[in-house]
Amino acid sequence: MSSRDEILGTIRKSLKQSALMPSSSSEIDARLTAHTKNTVPKRAHGDNEAQTTLFITEAERVNATTERLDSLDQLGEAVLRFLAGHNLPGCVKIAPHSLLKNVNWSKHPTLAVAQGPAVDTDQVSLSVAVTGVAETGTLVLHSGPESPITLNFLPDNHIVLLPQSQITGAYEEAWAMLREGAKGMPRAVNWVTGPSRSADIEQTLLLGAHGPRRLHILIYNDKKTR
Amino acid sequence: MESKTHKFPENVREGLANDKLQAALAKLGHGFPVKRLEAMSRLPEFEQLRDDAQAIKEHTLANLGDYLERYEAKVIESGGHVHWAADATQAREIILKICQDAGAKTVTKGKSMISEEIALNDYLDQNGVQPVETDLGEYIIQLRGEAPSHIIAPAIHLSKEQVEESFRKEHTQLPDDRNLEEPRALLEEARAMLRRKFIAADVGITGANMLIAETGTSMIVTNEGNGDLTQTLPKTHIAIASIEKVVPTLEDATTILRVLARSATGQESAVYNTFSTGPRRADDLDGPENYHVVLLDNGRSKILGGEFHDMLRCIRCSACLNHCPVYKAIGGHAYGWVYSGPMGAVLIPGLIGLADAHDLPSASTFCGKCEEVCPMRIPLPKLLRSWRQKGFEAGLGSVKTRSGLGLWAFLARHPALYRPLMNFAVGALSKFGAKGRFRSLPLAGGWTVVRDLAAPEERTFLSQWKGGKR
Amino acid sequence: MKTESSLNVGLFATCLVDLMRPSVGFATARLLEANGCNVHVPESQTCCGQPAYNAGDQADALVLAGNVISAFEVFDYVVVPSGSCAGMIKVHYPSLFKDNKDMLVRANAVAAKTYELTSFLSDVLQVVDTESEYSQKVAYHDSCAGLRELGIKEQPRKLMANVKGLKMRELDDAENCCGFGGLFSVKYPDISGKIVDDKVGCVEKSGADVLLGGDLGCLMNVAGRLQRRGSRIKVRHVAEVLAGMTDEVAPIGEVKLAKEG
Repeated sequence: MSSRDEILGTIRKSLKQSALMPSSSSEIDARLTAHTKNTVPKRAHGDNEAQTTLFITEAERVNATTERLDSLDQLGEAVLRFLAGHNLPGCVKIAPHSLLKNVNWSKHPTLAVAQGPAVDTDQVSLSVAVTGVAETGTLVLHSGPESPITLNFLPDNHIVLLPQSQITGAYEEAWAMLREGAKGMPRAVNWVTGPSRSADIEQTLLLGAHGPRRLHILIYNDKKTR
Repeated sequence: MESKTHKFPENVREGLANDKLQAALAKLGHGFPVKRLEAMSRLPEFEQLRDDAQAIKEHTLANLGDYLERYEAKVIESGGHVHWAADATQAREIILKICQDAGAKTVTKGKSMISEEIALNDYLDQNGVQPVETDLGEYIIQLRGEAPSHIIAPAIHLSKEQVEESFRKEHTQLPDDRNLEEPRALLEEARAMLRRKFIAADVGITGANMLIAETGTSMIVTNEGNGDLTQTLPKTHIAIASIEKVVPTLEDATTILRVLARSATGQESAVYNTFSTGPRRADDLDGPENYHVVLLDNGRSKILGGEFHDMLRCIRCSACLNHCPVYKAIGGHAYGWVYSGPMGAVLIPGLIGLADAHDLPSASTFCGKCEEVCPMRIPLPKLLRSWRQKGFEAGLGSVKTRSGLGLWAFLARHPALYRPLMNFAVGALSKFGAKGRFRSLPLAGGWTVVRDLAAPEERTFLSQWKGGKR
Repeated sequence: MKTESSLNVGLFATCLVDLMRPSVGFATARLLEANGCNVHVPESQTCCGQPAYNAGDQADALVLAGNVISAFEVFDYVVVPSGSCAGMIKVHYPSLFKDNKDMLVRANAVAAKTYELTSFLSDVLQVVDTESEYSQKVAYHDSCAGLRELGIKEQPRKLMANVKGLKMRELDDAENCCGFGGLFSVKYPDISGKIVDDKVGCVEKSGADVLLGGDLGCLMNVAGRLQRRGSRIKVRHVAEVLAGMTDEVAPIGEVKLAKEG
């Protein structure tokens, strides 16, 4: 008997001997396709502007920095400001994302931009979030050809572009968005809430453990509604 | 991990005498519990979410086989592999084989209590594969050859000086005169050292906080980002999880996440919640090429449906540890094995047997705080008492206590004997207690070792009442 | 004044009160009688069975519980000057007898009418003022069972609020265990000692001169540690203060009767 059979066999035997009431196979299938939400906190209710404000408050509570841009045209300058503000060299590894493709990087000659996954020597990355969840200021990023995972974790500084119309209230909306995309689950869905941290040494909170020590979120007004 | 649970009294003495540990525990007691209350106050739906989380787990456990099968099918569908391990030996062998097939020399590890349970690191080491813990706390204790002393903050028992001492001893290639006085400096050094390991690793092994049946997804919860680097950079990602970690849907996982971080550290959310499904896709630019899930039983299928079934709802948040007066007095090492605090006292006997571990459920005041804070509403005191019942029936524990208790119960069952005997006893005691109390009383067990014992009056209440006093 | 319509209350003294501090039993009786109850003290009472129950000795626990139920089910109410013993009857007796249909009915009936003392006074009799006086700075220890099994927190405070001259000094970490835990205190004295040390630290820090509480086990534990550490803080059961008996009996562990408030 394989371990699989052994384990499943013991499970079935244990449950049979108990007073627990199993569901039918069709009930389980139904639950797996219904995607019923459990309790959703009311704090995330509100219109897009209210959710954007809440998103910013919560993200800053966990030491992310945020900036609101009127349009994508301001992206280059915003990135430069961030680099200058932290005395960083003008090199950014950016996601090969459709939103970034039309950005005129050459407008900023001091900014050297390369596309692709991150490598160890990259100090700054720029990726694009699928959504920002207001309830806890959480960015949601999906892995894919336009968004390598390593951009989110390897460099010390992570800049994330977030279209304002994509801001949602509760995590459940992020899952709905993913299912609407109908592409199935990506390799990785990353929920990012603030820069990396650890309190493992004498319970002292320190930012910048293994992941980025700075998370800078650029919310731009894409003048759309979801 | 080798168990030292049978040496509980000695372990306790060591813990109580350890000043650095005691300082850390005092800090813990006023840290996480306070933050948890703050987080709760910010979320009016918290109690409702606890009810939801409990219901999700109860439903899943009642249908565990069905959910595991559906989970497995989805993992395979997305290009992953599923391995079933009945016990620690099988799990170790499966993981070693995957590492050997990958030609692995070094393996990075995200924090996984299961991997401690199956003593994975030593086994890999003995077989030519070097494991490197990447969670900062786990890294530190790996350097020191110590066991974790808390389920989410494994190095909580150490002072920064002890960490410095270990770094100086192990990171020999760095200059001796470097300043490591502040935690920040220690963190930077660990980050730099581990960076190289992340990149060089051939295989990355993580645990899984949850397995999601709907999509065949494993998820990890970290603050450091080490788990993500572990599971993204190497060619092969192995996720090891025990079978009770499965939940039905993404929505169900979300609900549990809402109570997990808040109960653990008081954070609204951990920094990184990562949901992983299968290996990298054909057009992905990074990510592992191979994705393996190892499902571990190691005793859970027998706990299922039995007297300790409720314990399988545990999501390893550590709230019970952080609020337990016993844990906060003795620390995690005193429990002698992987887990500690109230959840450890319930789970350990279930996994390694009561004979060696019976002190763990015994050493509780039943204050009930653990049950009060458990996000999954596990009735921990009731489960501890069930272990005591089993221990009593098996004749475990001190003979002196059992016979004392037996005598007490016998007398209490026979009031006609009890009354005159007790009157005699209190009368005698009342004569010998100078100043109204005893500093030392051999009959009083351990009482007078640490505190005075008030002397009784000459007669019992019942005797005086019967005699007309009002 | 006792009339036919007075409540018949069975006083379950608890083994600790019976053996170690009868004054608590007398204080309880006085409070009940002053507030219109006929107090009965069944002679056959010994122990509620909690030590056996918590030690895993199911058989003895069942017998002792059965004895308590038999002795007390005849009364309108059962009042207990202890949160942990009241909790044993109210919360754990039904659980003990869950497999015995007949006993379960009786256990549920007794559980429904069993109350810890301050809860009975405040919640059932709606007593607001016990007309007592005690000019002391007082801290109150909330015992775990009373707090978490029976929800006792406000009741003793409401009653103490009307004790003339009494000044409350709430404890830090008020809801932390004192380390008694019944047999735990003698089986694991070193752990118990550490936990009670923390509690004593909070008591000393509060600025109170007196510690009150509703559970004699906890009180003897803390008093014993305070005294071992040479503290002058006095410890009493709250019933003694509410019943105005503090001149009649010394605080826990003392003999010399100094005049208190």
